[in-house]
Amino acid sequence: MSNIARAFDHGKAFIPFVTCGDPSLGTTEAVVRAMARAGADLIELGIPFSDPVAEGPVIQAASHRALTAGTTPDRVLEMVRRLRRTETVPMVLMTYANVVFSRGVDAFVQAAAEAGVDGLILPDVPYEEKAEFESVCRRYGLDFIAMVAPTSGDRIDRIVRDATGFVYCVSSLGVTGVREQIGGEVRSMIERVKAVKDIPCAVGFGIATPEQAAALAEDADGIIVGSAIVQLCAEQGADAAPVVEDYVRRMKAAITQGKENS
Amino acid sequence: MAERGRYGIHGGQYVPETLMNAVMEVEAAYRQCQADPAFQRELTELYNDYAGRPSRLYFAERMTRELGGAKIYLKREDLNHTGAHKINNVLGQMLLARRMGKTRVIAETGAGQHGVATATVAAMMGMECEIYMGREDCERQALNVYRMRLLGAKVHPIDAGTGTLKDAVSEAFREWANRLEDTHYLVGSVMGPSPFPEMVRDFQAVISREIKEQLSEKEGRLPDAVIACVGGGSNAIGAFYHFIGDPTVRLIGCEAAGRGIDTPDTAATVNTGRLGIFHGMKSYFCQDDQGQIAPVYSISAGLDYPGVGPEHAYLHDIGRAEYVPVTDDEAVAAFEYLSRTEGIIPAIESAHAVSYAMRLAPTMGKDQIVVINLSGRGDKDCAAIARYKGEDLYE
Repeated sequence: MSNIARAFDHGKAFIPFVTCGDPSLGTTEAVVRAMARAGADLIELGIPFSDPVAEGPVIQAASHRALTAGTTPDRVLEMVRRLRRTETVPMVLMTYANVVFSRGVDAFVQAAAEAGVDGLILPDVPYEEKAEFESVCRRYGLDFIAMVAPTSGDRIDRIVRDATGFVYCVSSLGVTGVREQIGGEVRSMIERVKAVKDIPCAVGFGIATPEQAAALAEDADGIIVGSAIVQLCAEQGADAAPVVEDYVRRMKAAITQGKENS
Repeated sequence: MAERGRYGIHGGQYVPETLMNAVMEVEAAYRQCQADPAFQRELTELYNDYAGRPSRLYFAERMTRELGGAKIYLKREDLNHTGAHKINNVLGQMLLARRMGKTRVIAETGAGQHGVATATVAAMMGMECEIYMGREDCERQALNVYRMRLLGAKVHPIDAGTGTLKDAVSEAFREWANRLEDTHYLVGSVMGPSPFPEMVRDFQAVISREIKEQLSEKEGRLPDAVIACVGGGSNAIGAFYHFIGDPTVRLIGCEAAGRGIDTPDTAATVNTGRLGIFHGMKSYFCQDDQGQIAPVYSISAGLDYPGVGPEHAYLHDIGRAEYVPVTDDEAVAAFEYLSRTEGIIPAIESAHAVSYAMRLAPTMGKDQIVVINLSGRGDKDCAAIARYKGEDLYE
């Protein structure tokens, strides 16, 4: 079992995302430790990309600030190495294909594995193009995380058949960012995934409040929150860690509570 | 093409999962249209009666005499309705979108020519139309912004990133992912995920088909060189396509070098970029050593793009086409030269091709023939070029 699969061993998993280097990698490191303390089961580390086509305005702006602050993949991996001295929480990198490809897929994935990364998410690499990334991830023991969306339809079967770690279920159409309403397609999407094989399903895109998280956690094995946390980091700057810690604790409690009630 | 959607190692479908089904629907619909004579007939009718095709192949006698080398012909895509080659692709994709039952189209635009063409055909077909355009481009092409609005389109200025074409493309992809059901993303160049590079090329290939026929009538032979400007590369691939199998015809793409390929202020992708994955495709991109897409620069908003279509990347790899850099200064000189010499004001994009022809033709024999694809008209550029030359002219 991969380290990532173990993230789903302790009830419903809470999976926070942070854009690394916004406003500095020192702050990000403190935020990640705070998330782990607050009960995060898996942490997504966003390596900023200049032109993130799957992101809404909040993560776009954070990526821009992080790049302006001089964030590079190497510095993010140095941070992961520092974190790994004390933290055991599973960590996955989320970035865009060109960041990995430009370095050389093999060199990038090897460096990530050596730093202690457990998986890789590339939102602009769909099933049809995954071979050159996934094969390398497998060689170095990383899970290449598969995504399914409300529009995936019949594609879900083949996507899930190859999936390892967990399946990232995109809650609704559009790009990342907080939404008031989350589409009703999540339940049927998860049912379809589970019909193919028994793999944890984590839902992301648009989730911000404990109520939304609790409702979705009735069907999902995990809840992913990105923009809401990135927004907290944007507002709090260098003082983000305690605020994020409190937020993660509330979200984890909400989905755990939800489970106990059901 | 070895494998559908691939040109050598280039091409592919690098889009978020949310968009994959939409991209595959476009592909399936396009395969049907390709095989359907009724679609082709309807498209030809629109090309002829609405866009004004075939566009003329004009012998530039004065330019030929002055340069003292090869005979120069201009393929007058600037005479198409809306003033550029862009309408060829828009008519094709709009027919496709209608067949797919879409009622709304979105598009990116750089110089505004693709946006104007899209808004135009959307008006004619009664489709809802929204255009994404970088803030900086909106400013340097204010007249085209007005045109699009006049035609009933909604124009969204994009502040993200560098406020130019690449940011408009990113935003159009984001908006497409947001609203797929009734919306077609009418990609404006031979870029993006498969099938767009192939489909847009097929719609633009009418250019080289006509050049071949027209030149055969006038000269009874093939040209020695075909020259076109390359941003994403749709007018160039259109002008090259039917000559790719004729090895005696040199195919020359002119990239926007901006202030020079040894400066950071350039958009010459093949000359200065390297292999990458962006905007749905594997191809060459201007990027830094960390894989971040570079903020490119050219005086020409239409060539101000950090990537190039995957088929061009492939033609470069196999040595079938050459890609040469042309600077702002050279393009502006050609803009003025063609205006004075032939009474034709070229788009600043097309002026890049004119400039290289001015360099090449004198080195060739008088019995040789060069065809320049004059992809668009230059009225839209007059105010900007005047400012570039230090004349305080505002639209």
